[in-house]
Amino acid sequence: MSFLEQYNYWIVILLMMSGFYIVIAHGNLVKKLMGLTIFQTSVFILYISISKVIGGTAPILDDQYTIYSNPLPHVLILTAIVVGVATTALGLALAVRIKEAYGTVEEDVIQEKDLQQEGSAE
Amino acid sequence: MIQHLPILQVIIPLLAAPICFILKEARLVRWFVLIANVMAFAISIMLLQQVNLHGTLVYSLGGWEAPIGIEYRIDELNAYLLILVTSISTITLMAAGKSLTKEIPESKITYFYIAYMLCLTGLLGIVATGDAFNVFVFLEVSSLASYTMIAMGNDRRSLWASYQYLIMGTIGATFILIGIGLMYMMTGTLNMNDLAERLPEVEHTKTVFTAFAFFLVGVCLKLALFPLHLWLPNAYAYAPSIATVFLAATATKVAIYVLLRFIFTVYGFEFSFAHLPLTEILVSLGLLGVIAASIVAIYQTNVKRLFAYSSVSQIGYMILGTGIGTKTGLTATMLHLFNHALMKSAIFLALAGVVYRVGSVNIKAFAGLGRQMPWTMAAIVIGGLSLIGVPLTVGFVSKWYLVLALLESNMWPVAVLVLIGSLLAMAYIWRIVEVAYFKPALQNNQSYKEAPLSILIPAWIFVIANIYFGIDTSFTAGISEKTAELLFGGVR
Repeated sequence: MSFLEQYNYWIVILLMMSGFYIVIAHGNLVKKLMGLTIFQTSVFILYISISKVIGGTAPILDDQYTIYSNPLPHVLILTAIVVGVATTALGLALAVRIKEAYGTVEEDVIQEKDLQQEGSAE
Repeated sequence: MIQHLPILQVIIPLLAAPICFILKEARLVRWFVLIANVMAFAISIMLLQQVNLHGTLVYSLGGWEAPIGIEYRIDELNAYLLILVTSISTITLMAAGKSLTKEIPESKITYFYIAYMLCLTGLLGIVATGDAFNVFVFLEVSSLASYTMIAMGNDRRSLWASYQYLIMGTIGATFILIGIGLMYMMTGTLNMNDLAERLPEVEHTKTVFTAFAFFLVGVCLKLALFPLHLWLPNAYAYAPSIATVFLAATATKVAIYVLLRFIFTVYGFEFSFAHLPLTEILVSLGLLGVIAASIVAIYQTNVKRLFAYSSVSQIGYMILGTGIGTKTGLTATMLHLFNHALMKSAIFLALAGVVYRVGSVNIKAFAGLGRQMPWTMAAIVIGGLSLIGVPLTVGFVSKWYLVLALLESNMWPVAVLVLIGSLLAMAYIWRIVEVAYFKPALQNNQSYKEAPLSILIPAWIFVIANIYFGIDTSFTAGISEKTAELLFGGVR
């Protein structure tokens, strides 16, 4: 098995790690969410690539074809995509509200303001 | 009707949520939600009866049999968890009316109830389903709803807490999704029972180990196991009080259920504990959580945050019980699951009362409250005694079983550390008692009245349950032992 034979998994890992890195490393809340989206998308690609049957066609009933790709992961991932969209939408909505409340979407500024607030409360 | 109970359990709260949207008016919605909750509670009781009569209930959605269709599968463990979730959500809702009007703007109350019902749907769905992918979907339903609930707190920090929870929760859920995908890749099935049958054939492949690792980390993020708990304290501290009660008592418990279900039923005891060093991992992390989170709790000035950290340490006890990997250990976990839900509901509901009257949960604001709000503070103290594990409260029963299990497997140093954890719990409970009973009220304080009855009565229902189940353990211990045996029996 050569290194490039299963290149689809390498793409998935690359995307997953870059998405994860963006979530951890960036302080901008919107960028974090974009990283999260990339991270989730890589899993969608993982699901879709495992359903591929070599030489198989789309899963449509026809006498000509006998080998189909597995349709189930596609259906599953459709659900997961919807979940991902909902999460991103909610996250962006929260970012808007945070911008209204704190006047910024930078993580370090928010934490600083929180610390000040806690300091003044005591 | 009877054979449709497993699906009705999930469908009723799910359908109730959009109906709230139509009803619009907050008072109307409140009663409607309460009725829907009582119905869900009644169904869960009927389900337990059915399970006791006929054994495991299997419900095929849309009439499609298991490997092709999705099935809901209710055994004793599921029925027990369903009763726990629905009973706590129903009693919590009784207090919701007063508490929410104080903490949330009038126009948002309806939306809060909608999020509450969707969260309940998700939690019940996770427990009822027998399909691995469905677990992920319901997990996200409940999580998205809880992010919304947390963000509705009246402090701007609630938004930030909700955002952090969203990021960490989504990473956790995505890990679970990867785990499920890899399992599907090796077995070609998503049904938990089928998975349990087919995984042993491929259990030595790296893919299955990877799947297990991803799944474990994902679920541990969701249940806030010690180093992955960072989202929890702020989320509990700044959420509206009612949301805190509900999430603290049920959401993490359901995540622990998922962990148990996959460790014991899907992968099987053999795979989880014989091939993998799960005992070492879970026991050490659980123990670390018990000690470290308790120490952090001692230094908190926000009482809600204090009890949130205490939740992290209590989750440590449950994971510890699971990690021992014996029947007694698992019984202790199941008992503590139930008992901790009772303690934390009592405490957080009483705190909701404090928020209602005093408007602050800073420890300084508690000065002299022991005399001004005797019933509310008594509820917190009894809940606290239960957290410590004083005899005649439920906390004692679960700790007794945990120490017993540790001694049975010759882990007495761990047992000593568990007892030290109890001493640490005593330290943070004492801080509150000291301020509330022995400090004079602040000079400029007007005297506060007792919390309103609609909050006090639900809180005291939990307090009385704390004492009742501490004395009469036949129901809780009996059913915990039964579920522990069931989990060790594997697939039936």
